Amino acid sequence: MRAEGLIAAEDVLLFANAAITSTAQREFHSDAYEQHLSLDFLHAYMIGNYRDLYAATLALDINDHNAALIVRRLLETSTEATAEQRRTEGRLIARRLAALPPQRVYTLFAALRRAKVNNRRTRAIMRDWLAARPDPAFDAVKYRTGVKKALRHAHLPAPEKELGDFLFAPRARRQYGTPLLETWRRAHYEQAAVYELPFTVAEGFAARHGIDRAAFLERIAPRMTRLERLRLQESARERGAKAVATDLRRMPLTRLATYVLGLSLDERSERREELTTALRAAARRATGGERGWGRVAAVLDDSFSAYGSGQKRRRPLAVALAAHYLLEALADTYTPLWTSGRRDALLTFPHGSTPLGERILDALETGPDRLLIVSDGWDNAPPGLAAEVLRVWRTRLDPDGRVSVVHLNPVYDADGFDVRRLAPDVPTAGIRDAEDLPSLVGLAQFATGRTGLAELRAHLDSRIAAFLTASEEAR
Amino acid sequence: MTTTGTLRLDLAGLETRPSQVWGGIRLVPLVRAEPLPGLRLHPRLYCDSVGVVTVGPRTAYTSYIPHGFVADWGADSGDSGPAAAYGTQLRGGNGESGGGRGQGAGGRTPDGRGRAHRAPEPVASMPLRIHRRMARREAKHRLRFLPLHLALEGYLSLHFGGPTIAWEEWSQRALRQGLSPRVEEAYVGTTVRGLGDALKVFEIHPGQCGVLVHAADALAAAFVVPHPEDYRALHATLVQDLYGELVHQYALLSAAVPDFVPRIDESRVRSTADLRAAVAAERRAWAEFHDGTMAAGLLDADYTSRKVYGMGGFTLSRFLPAFRPREENHIGEVITDADGAVAYLKTFRLSEAQIRRGHLLARLAAHDWRLAATAEEFGLTEAEFAARIEAAGFGTLLRHRVAAQP
Repeated sequence: MRAEGLIAAEDVLLFANAAITSTAQREFHSDAYEQHLSLDFLHAYMIGNYRDLYAATLALDINDHNAALIVRRLLETSTEATAEQRRTEGRLIARRLAALPPQRVYTLFAALRRAKVNNRRTRAIMRDWLAARPDPAFDAVKYRTGVKKALRHAHLPAPEKELGDFLFAPRARRQYGTPLLETWRRAHYEQAAVYELPFTVAEGFAARHGIDRAAFLERIAPRMTRLERLRLQESARERGAKAVATDLRRMPLTRLATYVLGLSLDERSERREELTTALRAAARRATGGERGWGRVAAVLDDSFSAYGSGQKRRRPLAVALAAHYLLEALADTYTPLWTSGRRDALLTFPHGSTPLGERILDALETGPDRLLIVSDGWDNAPPGLAAEVLRVWRTRLDPDGRVSVVHLNPVYDADGFDVRRLAPDVPTAGIRDAEDLPSLVGLAQFATGRTGLAELRAHLDSRIAAFLTASEEAR
Repeated sequence: MTTTGTLRLDLAGLETRPSQVWGGIRLVPLVRAEPLPGLRLHPRLYCDSVGVVTVGPRTAYTSYIPHGFVADWGADSGDSGPAAAYGTQLRGGNGESGGGRGQGAGGRTPDGRGRAHRAPEPVASMPLRIHRRMARREAKHRLRFLPLHLALEGYLSLHFGGPTIAWEEWSQRALRQGLSPRVEEAYVGTTVRGLGDALKVFEIHPGQCGVLVHAADALAAAFVVPHPEDYRALHATLVQDLYGELVHQYALLSAAVPDFVPRIDESRVRSTADLRAAVAAERRAWAEFHDGTMAAGLLDADYTSRKVYGMGGFTLSRFLPAFRPREENHIGEVITDADGAVAYLKTFRLSEAQIRRGHLLARLAAHDWRLAATAEEFGLTEAEFAARIEAAGFGTLLRHRVAAQP
């Protein structure tokens, strides 16, 4: 009985790690197909064996790709759920959909349509989500196909007659009463109207009117979302569109780290002051003012494999860089150790082998309270030395466990159906955004294989409660 | 003139680092503490390639062109078009400027130019007939090795010139053309299972100047260059390189080879300093084990080497193994500096059938290509021995009369 509980707990953690890290995209050591296949198997396995725990992972910090997959699978197999399960699932799904970016939800609805999932529950969930959208006209313009398909699939009438015409019979009207819809109509003929549309829609019209890209960026800047702005920083700078420039301090930490790593080394050192301030500010915001982690040492992986892949470019390194600034904000004294031996975090780039064992030894010598390792777990110079160092350290030099060691891994290993571990007695957790680091360190404590299902269930229940109340408060 | 001597490969100055394993392929990095001064990859190979580290201003130096590299060597002498470097070559200080004759379309050029003069010579190259579409691809300026059959044929004809004395048994053709054309089977790296992936996920060490490739833990090839940047430029080309049948089959049939995981005896560890010492000891133990056991077939063997070129204190030699059947046999090219340190090394592991053929030829050469004397050594009659030569694929070399004798 006990062993069964342990296995279940292990399965759940393994799945949580996969759902946090994998996006079924190419990674350094495996291609997109392998990732997709491996992830697909885990989803099928989880929903077959632990349906309620599978739904409960929606309350964790899993990535959007997996959240959408879970929702889809839950809705596909509605008949297998009990009434009680459906009630909890329904609340979790509603909450998760509200938190997902709308384009993801519309893609999910399209996937449900393709899979011919059209049960009453699915339709109700779609209806509620669409009803909760703040501005149906905005959605209709920006996600036109998505909205159209969703309305068709869920057999819903358009919220207003005019919106229905806009979506399904755009030529039926000479003009619209809703300002945004009218702007959209005018944008077909009038360049000035283009700049009042959402950025992605305006981009299409700009191409159609042959508007110069620099002039377009300059004038559309107020309509960009925060991440669109960040994404277009460099291309706007090259073209001299100054209006796009933004205060980097407002950007989310990991995204900002990705942006910084995309800059050339020369530019990074030229703009060192600005970038460092922005990263520190983002880190402080992510911690919410929390401090007092004591003496922290971090081993951060900037080996060549931190490049990730063409699809997830420099993602593992960006997570390490973001973790660096986050830990700097959390710790009283902080020692970063990059695997390459370089000291300057801002000028980091993926290069060389991964001598994790030696860096861990260096870190332990500083006498920290906590040791965090951010690495993809491919320890190769020599392989397995990190595990050996940690084992000997635990058995001989720190038998009381004064130093808490946690390994955070940003890469899903498709062959192992989990993130790669360093050592059996060191907890490993998957990490997607460095902002989740504090909560993941909590979750990682379950990952040593000693905690049973009961404790894990209790942890999950508390997470679910927090997740659901957060949504009610938000309303 | 070429001079012959014996050679032992000594990888002094190159430190063996922990291997990286992918499936059945093990790659062992070799790291130099300091790049070897004075010798670099030919600049044309640098400027032609995309994505290679840009190189700072250079002082006068000697450069080398690895065997089989395709580039527009003739551009300076007005004889443009892609061509493959024929045999590894050493070039003088400003190897870029023009002058000299262009290479004719004849294909074969004599190897081993002994004249070490300072004026740049045209690169000994083999023009490639590439049809339009391939030529366009060539315009993308990527480093690559020359097509499979040419490369190996080149290798073997560099090593075997054919009979030197016109004993009556040998056919006119054998005397005129040597053993060329010869067809040997080899496999391009892309068809060696796992090699492409292994090279792709390999993390190049800082200062790495070489690699030893093992397939199913049998040493397949050694590759050493003088400078880490050269290595970075050439790392990916290992997959376009040639490997023998043995390597191909080992890689195909091999299960994943294990990592060599260090084991530390925890009872001896009382402090972090002890732990550090134990880690260092593990590193040394791996390097010793690798050089002494895993690479012993390459490093402990005696080779017959022919010095083919000398320039700027560097010597280019080609070496042949002893051709002992059922043992590890590597052929290759090596550039050594004035102190005898290995600056450039490239080897090819022969498969068993090739070793047997090589053995046959080596024995013939040792007996001045006299059939009777060689047959005696093998304990065979002349006719039996002729039959064996024929079975080894050298039938055309013999006059029909000898082969037909009862």
